[in-house]
Amino acid sequence: MRSISRGVRAFGLFWWDFLVGDTPELLIAVVLIVALALLLRHHHDIAIVLLPAVTVLFLLVSTFRGRQRDGSRDKP
Amino acid sequence: MSTSSTVVLVLAVFGASTVEMVEALTIVVAAGVTRSWRSSLEGAAAAAAVLAIIVLAVGVPLIHYVPINALRVVVGALLLVLGLSWLRKSILRASGHKALHDEDAIFAATSAELATPASSSSAPKRRDAIGFSVAFKGVFLEGMEVVLIVVSLGASQHRLGIAAASAVAAALVVAAVGALVAKQLSQVPENTIKIVVGIMLTSFGLFWVGEGAGAHWPGSDAAIILLIGIFSVVTIGSIAWLRTLHPTTHRQPTDAVASERVEE
Repeated sequence: MRSISRGVRAFGLFWWDFLVGDTPELLIAVVLIVALALLLRHHHDIAIVLLPAVTVLFLLVSTFRGRQRDGSRDKP
Repeated sequence: MSTSSTVVLVLAVFGASTVEMVEALTIVVAAGVTRSWRSSLEGAAAAAAVLAIIVLAVGVPLIHYVPINALRVVVGALLLVLGLSWLRKSILRASGHKALHDEDAIFAATSAELATPASSSSAPKRRDAIGFSVAFKGVFLEGMEVVLIVVSLGASQHRLGIAAASAVAAALVVAAVGALVAKQLSQVPENTIKIVVGIMLTSFGLFWVGEGAGAHWPGSDAAIILLIGIFSVVTIGSIAWLRTLHPTTHRQPTDAVASERVEE
């Protein structure tokens, strides 16, 4: 019983770390991208432009945020 | 499924598996050197067997029982999470804003942790529970991301066999190179491989999210190449831009080990 609960906990921790980890904004970004893709499924021309654009935007924002965060962590 | 997307699939799985196997092999070698080679190799083999069972147990039912469009949206989302995360981290490392992954430091830290009086005794080293469990955990945890990529890409393209074979090939190549070179794997350009794989995973992820949702990419599978081009340009541009800014983190092996343990 103990080993089962430990296994479940480890499984949950793995997925939490994988999906959220130290970049929760990326999970939110992906949820928004999926929602956008579903909303625009009948508007192909807009979807094929917006989806890459939004993904690039989220990547840049998260990267810049990571740079600032690492910087503030290093300050004494 | 076109040849180009199959080639990209093979390259993505091979690259991801190479990165993870380099990290796993460092731990296996550290456990082998400091504890017992037999136990370390047995731990690695046991973890590889468990990972293979997971691929079969999860991948095959996915292909046969889950509607392909739903599968592609979910798989695409998972690949996007993984791809964007790898890309972000490797951009920060390449631009000098985050410490590089240092296999030498990880090897030294793992060896120091494992170096107990038992390991230095003159008794013949047979089975060692610590060596086994450290090697098992190292290979299992590093391999889980590879399993996710193999199952995701393999199932969404109905190419589970090719994806699994690419991962196994990468593991064999890394193991062979590690054994032949007989030195630490710090020479492997890990961050560069991670950038390339991050671009591929992000491109695949976005492609499958769009396809699964019902959008039609121009040129069908060829759009993956276009997406790879877009993310490559963005990545190169981001690295160049961030390098012009004052770097906030320098290469600090000891700190790198501590952070890498958390941020694999």
